[in-house]
Amino acid sequence: MAGKSGRTIIAEEKFSLKKLLVRWETFLVIIFILVNIMNSNISDKYLSVPGLFNATNSFLSIAFLTLPMCFVLLIGEIDISVGAQVALSAVLLGISFNAGVPMWLAVIIALAVGVLCGFLNGIIAIKFTELNPMIITLGTQILFRGIAEMILKDQSTGGFTSVKWFSNLYWGKIGGVVPVMFVIFVICAVIFGVVMHKSTFGRRMYAVGSNKLAAKYSGINVPGMRLTIYTLTGLFCGVCAVFASSQMGSARPNVGAGYELDAIGMCVLGGVLTDGGKGNFIGAMISVFLLGLLKYGLGLVNVSSNIMLVVKGALLIFAVMIPHLNLGRFFKKKAVKTA
Amino acid sequence: MEKKSLWKTITGSREASLVIVLIILCVFIASRNSAFLTPGSIEGLFKNYAVNFVLTCGMMLVLIIGGIDISIGSTLAFSGMTASLVLRDFPETSVPVAFLISIAVGTVCGLLIGAVVAYAKVPPIICTLGAMSVYRGLAYLIAKNEWVSASEFSKAYKAFAQSRYLGFGIINNLVVIVIILIVVFYIVMKWTPIGRKVYAVGSNAEAALVSGIKVTKVKLACYTILGALAGLSGAMFTSLYASSQGNMGEGIEMDVIAACVVGGVSLNGGRGSVIGVFLGTLIISIIGKGLPMIGVSQFWQKAIKGLIILLAVIINVLVQRQMDKAALKRREI
Repeated sequence: MAGKSGRTIIAEEKFSLKKLLVRWETFLVIIFILVNIMNSNISDKYLSVPGLFNATNSFLSIAFLTLPMCFVLLIGEIDISVGAQVALSAVLLGISFNAGVPMWLAVIIALAVGVLCGFLNGIIAIKFTELNPMIITLGTQILFRGIAEMILKDQSTGGFTSVKWFSNLYWGKIGGVVPVMFVIFVICAVIFGVVMHKSTFGRRMYAVGSNKLAAKYSGINVPGMRLTIYTLTGLFCGVCAVFASSQMGSARPNVGAGYELDAIGMCVLGGVLTDGGKGNFIGAMISVFLLGLLKYGLGLVNVSSNIMLVVKGALLIFAVMIPHLNLGRFFKKKAVKTA
Repeated sequence: MEKKSLWKTITGSREASLVIVLIILCVFIASRNSAFLTPGSIEGLFKNYAVNFVLTCGMMLVLIIGGIDISIGSTLAFSGMTASLVLRDFPETSVPVAFLISIAVGTVCGLLIGAVVAYAKVPPIICTLGAMSVYRGLAYLIAKNEWVSASEFSKAYKAFAQSRYLGFGIINNLVVIVIILIVVFYIVMKWTPIGRKVYAVGSNAEAALVSGIKVTKVKLACYTILGALAGLSGAMFTSLYASSQGNMGEGIEMDVIAACVVGGVSLNGGRGSVIGVFLGTLIISIIGKGLPMIGVSQFWQKAIKGLIILLAVIINVLVQRQMDKAALKRREI
């Protein structure tokens, strides 16, 4: 890709991506339908409005992480500290609530902690551009979870259920049908989707992901964008922490362990690859629901969580392998032809 | 002038600055707790962290070629569990056979990752992220969620990690394995064509390909070696703790990568030395073992470790910038 002018990159990107994504998304939709058929065969209550909302509620708190993760992956970076950020936010929410702070303030504290964590990631990333984002977030991952352990030791902090509106964030339903969390998620997802595909910021993200240097020379504020995106990731870790705490009614330092795997896996399966500059939001959202419902369905038939681990990992590897194989051949053929 | 050049060699050489950090750390801990710098305590340190030393050697290879492998903790659990199950069901299995089984399982795990990364061109972080959960799930599955306890291991296997017959009665068996590995890695990486090839692939894969190095094969080999070492450490781990659980080695990959990074291995590939990695592992191990000895709560360890990793990589960047600047100045004159 290197060494091409900006114009050809856009032209070629559009052409090959379209071809790839059309196939990839239809593939995802087919699996999605298969998963739903499987689930409805397992349980007759599944294909009803409350049944479906029950199923979506089981994974939506993690899904909040996939929204900013799409952006992070799109600009060619990675953030593996999200699980630890969720843990730190949740722990501080619990600590401040039990210290007598009113719940609304505790929620704001949790969001602020998330923002602060994300901001720290971002500021290190833009001040030390030589560093791979992988190693930065590896360090902060250990740091954030370490701080959470420092504060709470091996205890847990709870009692959130005493605040009705807070537990309603996860358990509550508008009009007794639509879960509050689902509505909030849809609103967030629409905003993220529009930003990614219909705004200049979105176009710039694709540009940065395709070629950072070219993007910089064409006048895009790359450091500002990276800082914004990392901070945004932190904010949504806070959101995830709020919903997870609302669901469980308590918080422990090991909340959110492995969430980074889930979030990255959902994005990558949806076609937002880690190379940067590739992917589309609809694909990512389809794969969020696909993986979430698959997990829910396997849980219904009592498939052990160990088999689920294997399936999840294998799915992730295959999902990335298939387009990579095709893409490699596609580009090679092209190169030979033009040579 | 002389002072300046001495200063330069110290800041210029990663190993020298690591040694200084190491000495400061040891003096600090030893001044608070005199039991720290005793032969028994030092042997304990090397014995308990032998697994980390073995894994960092392999991780260094993978990092030098510009890859990463975060599935080693799971590979360790899967291979260690396989060996333990064999020992449980066939109690007369000898120690070397158990070790070989574990190494074989680890090698296959590493080979699969290597094939997916090298031939299917899947980004290593994604591939190993997936492999991490696959192998962890397999470790639980083959054990049917049970764990192998000390009474189910053969006596010889349990005694292996505690006795010194490989080290002529002076050095613990596990430490002997570590020493042999480090010497072999040092020689191979420094003085053989294989080592040069690994560095070449890491610094510039395209140039390496053009100059006739089979890049995909080198990559495959590196991941396979790391897998084999993860298998070896699986056996060492189960022998040391005389038990085998599905969740063993969870999170060890972060410690190992951290040790490599502190030891000066670049995550962008092409940079890193065996001595540096050895010193990095030593520093991380001393932090792990020494902090509790001076009364730092175990719950603080993780945060301190994270902070040290961040500081290490940031200082590394600052030093590198300073060196680049100095080099530029010299050229302008």
